[in-house]
Amino acid sequence: MEELANLFHGFAVALQPYNIMLMIIGITLGVIIGVLPGLGGANGVAILLPLTFSMPPTSAIIMLSCIYWGALFGGAITSILFNIPGEPWSVATTFDGYPMAQQGRPGEALTAAFTSSFVGALFAVIMITLVAPLVAGFALRFGPAEKFAVYFLAFCSFVGLSKEPPFKTIAAMMVGFALAAVGLDSITGQLRLTFGVTELLNGFDFLIAVIGLFGIGEILLTMEEGLAFRGGNASINLRVVLQTWRELPAYWMTSLRSCLIGCWMGVTPAGATPASFMSYGIAKRLARRGNNFGKGEIEGVIAPETAAHAAGTSALLPMLSLGVPGSPTAAVLLGGLLIWGLQPGPMLFVEQKEFVWGLIASMYLGNLAGLIVVLTCVPIFAAILRVPFGIIAPLILVLCAIGAYSVHNSTFDVMLMLVFGVLGYLLKKCNYPLAPLVLAIVLGDKAEEAFRQSLLGSQGSLGVFFSNGLVSTIMALGLVALFWSPIQEGYSRLRTSLA
Amino acid sequence: MTERSGSESGPAHKTLEISIALLIGVFGLVVIFGSLKAGINWGAEGPRAGFFPFYVGAVIVGASAINLWHAQRGDDGRLFAEWGQLRQVMSVVVPTGIYVGSMPFVGLYVASMVFIAWFMRWLGGYRWLTVVAVAVGMPVVTYLVFERWFLVPLPKGPLEDWLGL
Repeated sequence: MEELANLFHGFAVALQPYNIMLMIIGITLGVIIGVLPGLGGANGVAILLPLTFSMPPTSAIIMLSCIYWGALFGGAITSILFNIPGEPWSVATTFDGYPMAQQGRPGEALTAAFTSSFVGALFAVIMITLVAPLVAGFALRFGPAEKFAVYFLAFCSFVGLSKEPPFKTIAAMMVGFALAAVGLDSITGQLRLTFGVTELLNGFDFLIAVIGLFGIGEILLTMEEGLAFRGGNASINLRVVLQTWRELPAYWMTSLRSCLIGCWMGVTPAGATPASFMSYGIAKRLARRGNNFGKGEIEGVIAPETAAHAAGTSALLPMLSLGVPGSPTAAVLLGGLLIWGLQPGPMLFVEQKEFVWGLIASMYLGNLAGLIVVLTCVPIFAAILRVPFGIIAPLILVLCAIGAYSVHNSTFDVMLMLVFGVLGYLLKKCNYPLAPLVLAIVLGDKAEEAFRQSLLGSQGSLGVFFSNGLVSTIMALGLVALFWSPIQEGYSRLRTSLA
Repeated sequence: MTERSGSESGPAHKTLEISIALLIGVFGLVVIFGSLKAGINWGAEGPRAGFFPFYVGAVIVGASAINLWHAQRGDDGRLFAEWGQLRQVMSVVVPTGIYVGSMPFVGLYVASMVFIAWFMRWLGGYRWLTVVAVAVGMPVVTYLVFERWFLVPLPKGPLEDWLGL
């Protein structure tokens, strides 16, 4: 019951007027970020991170995490009204949300989407509240080998679970590791991979990479496609909301299933996007009116939104308890922790109780605030999308430049951002996943440190990663995840040959 | 600003696919080379600085080789993008490059004003009044929010010195 007391203490922290104000600001900014093309959760948070350097860490994380929730909510607005997914995880929402809007039921679709998002997030936060302290307590016993095994598992899951070709995932991920290695080696203090360039002494900052890859890259992709809005009008009134709310409980089974899919995909770093697709696909197969999916079925909005939000939220569980972020945005938040002088990982639950529980409490409140904000302000947010791209695009580019500059007060970083942007555009067009690249830049140093420390303990024998039950289990899970698609293929081939 | 060109020609997707695989492969070789320079064996303090990146580089080269093999095998005739689309992309990349490159000399504010104005006028085709309002308004808001409210300094140039900001 100590957790409950901690949680209440957390609520006391989160309910301070200053923090509530930051929460509302964060949610509003987040929805705007989610609505605008080219500004996503990850790089939106990255751009705004420098603004929080002078804040107390708890207030800072509350604001930044609320931006994240806001972005998750915001993606649905553009999907339903304009058939333009503001975020990759809301692509699946367009399948049924946009037809609903066209049939004159935008209010119903939006209410269903927002409410499902809230339900998914709530489910994930409750899970975090219950599970995170246990995981963290367990992880306190981890040595370097176990730590490396956890990183290994996280990165292998990317290879096994992502829909991109495995070797492209591996290539992108390893490029991230290589970029992380540039500069001062933290163990020996030796310089490496700098090739005499002084700007590279401190290595590549992943914030620059995030802003470039996700921000600039996305703008370039949008430029290529050319934007033409054919959007419907948005209006939600209380009657529609209440009427939709009366309908929703009938779909509790879909909700629960989507919550579970979302949490699973969020904790393993597959992320919100595959979770939303998977949940939509399963709902389509199992629903009684499955044949109607794609023609404006409310269940087709509930399933992906619930899963995406559950996944986005539960991505913070491994970040808080293990120091392994489950999504690019969680990775940016983790980078924030380091900048504010906090050491992510299980020790947070021991040393920074106020921070951790303040954050967890703010997740409950932030999502509730988010639900209220989006339900009441949809027309305003939809109006933002009517501002033509010719005005929005240069402003976003300037914002990205400001964000990149203020990370280290360096104009070299701004140029680097552009390079990452062009690279992100090309990689994305060629189907290389960007999330593992970014996560590898964030975790590269830590993974390497754990790896080398374990080898140091074992005099260079790789047997240390299979030296006890715990580490062997995690490593074995990692290997299963790594070879997941061949395993699956072999299994189905076996079944057909037996049948 | 976004009319598509009617022509359906452009670089083949396969070409880009191969180039990217090669580019990443070369990057892997550079990493291997750099690691070798830093030392990949065991020193007195354990694995030396190049130990971990060396294997990372090796995996990059390996994975790129497989990606290259996949890329050159099939040609589905897909285009990477049409020339018109690439022109759109370049019409953003090039000015952004100039914007970013000029920032150390003229400061962020002046560079941003010119950049926003250029973008809105030439790509967006807006009236000068709108252009000036946004191009001046945005940097002013930025100044107030970043420098005054959150005390984050941004790069300044001769104009700001002259204004005494």
